[in-house]
Amino acid sequence: MSLASADSMMVRVGRYLKDNPVVPLLLFLFLLIALLEIMRPGIVTPYRASRDGIVSMFWVGNLIKFAIPLAMLAACQVLTMLTAGIDLSAGIVATVAAFVCATLSSIWGVAPATIIALLTGLLVGLVNGFGVGIVRVHPLIMTLGTGLITTGCLQVYQRLVINAGSEIPAFLAWLGTGRTLGLPNGLFLFMPFAVFILWLMRFTGFGRLLFALGSNEKATKLSGVRAWQVYLALYALSGLIAALAGLLYLGMIRQTSLSLANPLLLPSVAAAVIGGTSIFGGRGSFAGAVVGALIIRVLDTMLTLMQMPEGARTALFGAIILAVTAIYVRLTDTR
Amino acid sequence: MSDVIRKNAWVAGLVALLAVLLVVTKLIQPTFGVSGLESIARAALPFAFATAGMAVVVIVGGIDLSVASMMAVCAVAAAVLMERMAGVPALLIVLALGLVMGFLNGALIVLTRVPDIVVTLAMLFVWEGVALLILETPGGAASDWLEQSIRGSFLVPGIPNALVVTIICVAVVWLPIRRSKLGLSIYATGSDELAAFRSGVAIGPTKILAYSLCGVLCAFGGLSLAALTGIGEPVPGPYLLASVAAVVLGGVVLGGGRGSLLGPLIAVYILRIIRTILTLLAFDPNVTTIIEGVIMVGVVMLGTAAMMRGAQQ
Repeated sequence: MSLASADSMMVRVGRYLKDNPVVPLLLFLFLLIALLEIMRPGIVTPYRASRDGIVSMFWVGNLIKFAIPLAMLAACQVLTMLTAGIDLSAGIVATVAAFVCATLSSIWGVAPATIIALLTGLLVGLVNGFGVGIVRVHPLIMTLGTGLITTGCLQVYQRLVINAGSEIPAFLAWLGTGRTLGLPNGLFLFMPFAVFILWLMRFTGFGRLLFALGSNEKATKLSGVRAWQVYLALYALSGLIAALAGLLYLGMIRQTSLSLANPLLLPSVAAAVIGGTSIFGGRGSFAGAVVGALIIRVLDTMLTLMQMPEGARTALFGAIILAVTAIYVRLTDTR
Repeated sequence: MSDVIRKNAWVAGLVALLAVLLVVTKLIQPTFGVSGLESIARAALPFAFATAGMAVVVIVGGIDLSVASMMAVCAVAAAVLMERMAGVPALLIVLALGLVMGFLNGALIVLTRVPDIVVTLAMLFVWEGVALLILETPGGAASDWLEQSIRGSFLVPGIPNALVVTIICVAVVWLPIRRSKLGLSIYATGSDELAAFRSGVAIGPTKILAYSLCGVLCAFGGLSLAALTGIGEPVPGPYLLASVAAVVLGGVVLGGGRGSLLGPLIAVYILRIIRTILTLLAFDPNVTTIIEGVIMVGVVMLGTAAMMRGAQQ
């Protein structure tokens, strides 16, 4: 009897979590923050370290600031994962956009440079969309391949502009490093962006098409949807988002490099997966991915605080991603 | 007879392509000969092992994103161990290490029921971290005999040692299993998991075995990396995309159940020779990377389009 009720309780909890993945994720996030506070008293609540303030706005601002580009790249992954795809070129696209913007700003001015940077992202996205939507290549392979090609193009491009020098546009630096009321200015870009993505996924025909294609591609096609158009638009959008994230990251780091945003790629996939997006398509939420990005940043801080060697940090990071996903899959009984 | 041709049409096409490319190389560089072949075979070693490992897990219906990281772990382990102890025990320890890593990958996939792609993505981080823990900066030293074993062409006159080593290692690991009931289980699991389960195939152990095999092949890959460079390098190389491309080019269907290890191995040499040709034509190495990428993507596109047409008929 008690076993049966426990079972139905498990099922009910599982169903609740399946419908609202953000709730347990937020709980987990606060648990992690509490753990962080125990590890290093005063980092989140300065008054315990006999400083002013109950919650350190500086710490919260920093957390949000570094989670924003990750969350934007995670948006690429969430959108493509809805159709059972993935965008592994996102990190490189972000790097290219940042590099193109910084180098062209000193030659042609800021506005054309920004536009061209975004267009490069759009271009790579269109190539991805062509491969996935029209030729029907597996998204994983297609985006890995375009990523490789884009890296090669970036290196050739770098040798062309090697003497031009680089310049970080002022408004990007303002967005990336400035603060208003203790919160990072990046939110001015991110809030409208997040609202747009949530609106796109929930209230537009395009969003419904993404869910439909991911749940049952055949049925969706039989109902008269031209799938290739959706894929083309989806991957183009993903490329554009990645380029935008790259520009913001450029303002944050204020340095150009040939692998600027590449290390963000795998964490962005992790953020989407932790956020409850199924890699098999048809289920996912951007809100979950945002919390996922925050969780990853808190974990990162924690591992840095423990003064772990680089290797142990990377390894533990991977193990935690796997553990969280496994628990999630067990609880919701989905794949 | 026509049945045999149809079944092996893809591999036959690959062999023809390889022959054409070799002739093209010879035309561009008339002095191209045994030493040229030898350097291609040597450079292709780690790619060949990564591809063979990847092919096994793709056939069982999965994918292993952690091949490059596992190879890095094995390379640094080999370099560190061989500096301190005799070569043969070190070699065996590294192979066992590969087996354990592959086993862990497979066991985690089966036990957690998380998709292969996610588990191996997480394990990519884990193994990369382990490699850094073993050796923070490139160092250590590979045994001389290991370095010598892949040079020259003394084992079989005219054929580079590296090629012989590749064929022997892959054959020793793969053929006994392919010929046994386990091999059949691997193909059955890859083509239809549910049908295989209902026919009495133990899905879980089969998958774990396939991933363990991949781990062993990656250990060979790591050893070849140590042999090529003479030291251990803790940062994973560009073997992930290359191995997936070679597997697809080699006629193994993503999703599992079809293909062999021969096709992917030939595909590795095709991709390496294309690189050699581009280098001989005096292309900028960066442009070479672009062309190589375009070729890989193009090949995968053509293969997919051909498959779709076949499915429609």
